[in-house]
Amino acid sequence: MIWDDWLPLLIVLSSLSVGLVIFFLPEDRVATRTGLNLVGALLKLVLVGFMLWGVFQGHQYETRLPLLPGLDLVLRADPLSMLFVLLSSVLWLVTTVYAIGYLEDSPHRSRFFGFFSLCVTATVGVALAGNLITFVLFYELLTLTTYPLIVHRGTEVARRAGRSYLTYTVAGGALLLAGTVWLYAITGTVEFTERGFLSGLDASLHPVFIIIFTLLIGGLGVKAALIPLHGWLVQAMVAPAPVSALLHAVAVVKAGAFGIVRVVYDVYGIDFAAGLGVTLPLAILAAATVIYGSLRALFQDDLKRRLAFSTVSQVSYIILGIAVVGPVAAIGGLVHLVHQGVMKITLFFCAGNLAETLGIHRISEMNGVGRRMPWTMAAFTIGALGMIGVPPLAGFVSKWYLGLGALDAGQDWVIFILAGSSLLNAGYYLPVLYAVWFNEPPDAWSDERYFGRHETAWALLVPPVVTALLTLAMGLLASVPLSPLYWARIITTLEYLP
Amino acid sequence: MQDIPWGVLVILLPVVGTLACFLCPRRSVPLGLAAALGVVVCVAGLGWQVVEQGAQRYAIGGWGAPLGIDLYADGLSLLMLAVTAVVGLGISVYSTSYFEPGRSAFFWPLWMFLWAALNALFLSADIFNLYVTLELLGLAAVALVALAGGADALTGAMRYLLVSLLGSLSYLLGVALLYHSFGSVDIAILAHRMEASPAVWTAMGLMSAGLLLKTALFPLHFWLPPAHASAPTPVSALLSALVVKASFYMLLRLWLEIFPLSNSAPGQLLGLLGAVAVLWGGLLALRQTRLKMLIAYSTVAQLGYLFLAFPMATSIAWKGALYLLLSHALAKAAMFMAAGSILYFGGHDRIADLDRVAQRLPLTLAAFGLAGVSSMGLPPSGGFIAKWLLLEAAIRTGQWWWAIILILGGLLTAAYILKVVGYAFTQAEVTHEARAVPVPMEWAALALALAAVLLGLFAPWPLALMEIGLPFGVEAAR
Repeated sequence: MIWDDWLPLLIVLSSLSVGLVIFFLPEDRVATRTGLNLVGALLKLVLVGFMLWGVFQGHQYETRLPLLPGLDLVLRADPLSMLFVLLSSVLWLVTTVYAIGYLEDSPHRSRFFGFFSLCVTATVGVALAGNLITFVLFYELLTLTTYPLIVHRGTEVARRAGRSYLTYTVAGGALLLAGTVWLYAITGTVEFTERGFLSGLDASLHPVFIIIFTLLIGGLGVKAALIPLHGWLVQAMVAPAPVSALLHAVAVVKAGAFGIVRVVYDVYGIDFAAGLGVTLPLAILAAATVIYGSLRALFQDDLKRRLAFSTVSQVSYIILGIAVVGPVAAIGGLVHLVHQGVMKITLFFCAGNLAETLGIHRISEMNGVGRRMPWTMAAFTIGALGMIGVPPLAGFVSKWYLGLGALDAGQDWVIFILAGSSLLNAGYYLPVLYAVWFNEPPDAWSDERYFGRHETAWALLVPPVVTALLTLAMGLLASVPLSPLYWARIITTLEYLP
Repeated sequence: MQDIPWGVLVILLPVVGTLACFLCPRRSVPLGLAAALGVVVCVAGLGWQVVEQGAQRYAIGGWGAPLGIDLYADGLSLLMLAVTAVVGLGISVYSTSYFEPGRSAFFWPLWMFLWAALNALFLSADIFNLYVTLELLGLAAVALVALAGGADALTGAMRYLLVSLLGSLSYLLGVALLYHSFGSVDIAILAHRMEASPAVWTAMGLMSAGLLLKTALFPLHFWLPPAHASAPTPVSALLSALVVKASFYMLLRLWLEIFPLSNSAPGQLLGLLGAVAVLWGGLLALRQTRLKMLIAYSTVAQLGYLFLAFPMATSIAWKGALYLLLSHALAKAAMFMAAGSILYFGGHDRIADLDRVAQRLPLTLAAFGLAGVSSMGLPPSGGFIAKWLLLEAAIRTGQWWWAIILILGGLLTAAYILKVVGYAFTQAEVTHEARAVPVPMEWAALALALAAVLLGLFAPWPLALMEIGLPFGVEAAR
């Protein structure tokens, strides 16, 4: 059927075309731009939904275009890509609504939304990539399209942040490219294959494979913000709030973590990787990142910086879950890919609302803000509790599977990491929640704007409330068919069961 | 259609354009533009002929090779002609608005003449003819550099003239030696009769040295940045994008066809010089404070990449180098044109004072950015395909150290390109007066930059063209 060949490409093009049109819209065509944005986001969601249903029915979707002799550009729908593509298209819709509200009356919106769409195009391309070269292509595209978003405000601080971002990511991209070419020169293929394509090769190549693994993980670890490659993420906080949301929850950081899953599962194969002895160092690195990120978060007064260090910590849960080498932990890691995204985007939306409505940027200014903005802070509370792992929220599901899986795989030390990290999470989120709900508010907010009866503009309020509800739903309804947990189980079955 | 000698027309038409522009200086813009379009059509016709019927050989006036002049078009020539046509058209469109009428009357005849020389060079089938066309090319280029007027441009032009003459003289000496030894200057005949001897090594050394000087390979690059940066923008674009490539093309013909080398000492030496050029050019580009100088040093670095193919000497490596040549021609022309628009707009090209060009000239900055993406070798772009092929060749031949150079060079390129882009977003301390940039200038740059990016998405076609006539040997049929 023709759909089967072109649907993946259509999904990529749906946001690309919108982005290109938006670039050429005059600044004052607000209604057209908003309409285009929403239509693009909805169209993508519909197409993704259609594909999800098809994959569920056992359809094979694959677009294959020649890139070089013997190398194709492949876009393919498999369970792992569906997990990420669904996450990014749902959150894109929400973030678009939020960004429209957030950037109301600010300059250069055509440029912003143009790159915003390109950024999502790249993310979806990363998700659907069917081989390593396609992955590299979209991964680099993601680097380039996020840069103008980070420097959007055009200040000196923004320029520095952009420079730091590119220094890290371009260098990471170079490592990734080197690893990819090397792999291709040895094996003649870079096609993602279930359980990898390296295990059948000659044992004398194993040292080379370890070096290549280091190169690939080094390249991907930059975006996934593994220590010591996380520096850019905190600096990039100067970007507008929707961009932070995008960087942390939907696109950049996730692309890195997702890439690591791809490399471990579909290039090396989990068994082969474990046999090479590369998974344990990866697990230790991830565990160190989990603890380090939480520790640093504890000492930040700037709200966005605290959230940023929290991301550093939380994204490594995904990698930890993979690197522990056990099916149950893998479920926990994979499902956290989605759960962390939804929870973290809620928190960033709320931080943006505080900054936009009351001019609050620091935690020390947040006393009693729950009374002024109850809905926003309720959403924030759900997100924060989810991050700590309080049942029945989404974060609990992830941590439960991670802990159980670690025991199952005989890696008991991971339990201590999880427990320590949860304690630290509580240590840096609970005081905020306490101040928000129980402290007395100040007499006046530093930079208050009024929105009639509502606490803030509706376009700023609806997105965090929706994602907070999703956080709750993903925890309560975790085992419903087509839920993230359901997909994570399918992916794990494919990787582990004989 | 089948019998039209497109290859001859490709040379003849710009000559006619030269005369027409010279005789009617007031109408030089429409006449030149018409000639440019005509050349593009002729190249397309030749391309169709080559694809349909394979490599073409024309005997001018019906005289055969040893006596008369032969023109020869295979896949390599065709690609060079095609990229010249595309870049040439872009430069022509850009120049319609760039020059004031007085300069315009000088620019068009010279530019058409240079184009004729370039096309003739790419079609020449003997090494003496190559010399003649190279000399014509050099003279036209020197005159164009001097076009800006003023002391700087004249000094630059004079230095360029001396270098150019020295290079061609050295080449001519080599030609004379070969003619003396083998009694022919035809490439095919020479390739047949060639055998290694001290005279041949001397000849090849002299010819190569001359061509390396003209291609500005490190350490012979000293003349390039001032000449390329001080020229008027369309001239900078065509010097950096096309003229330096002509002498590289001749090097390719020499070493591929007349005297094939495989992993020998000269190849390693060229590779080493290329590697130093990549790093040195990149570092100096990073240190520049003026945009046009930065772009000129970037050319020095990018030319270095081309020479990395010599030590590997496999067909993948040659294809990678040629692909880099194509994408660099498009990208570098776009970059210079974008820089020219910025210069036109603000009256200066100090990088630190670019002052929100991203907002005020979005199309131009987009052109610069896209061309930069190709130069960095990031996907999707022609530069990425080229880098991929070169990296693959480096690893397959076991010479992984060239891969490290390629990666480092890419990082350096990213550093200096993004330095410019970063300043384009921020506000400078002194805001400057702005002059509106004509539409053709902005779009011509953007079109060429887009072409460089598209080269990355349609790679199988140019790569298939490279196989026609097997310029890279039988091994090419991988």
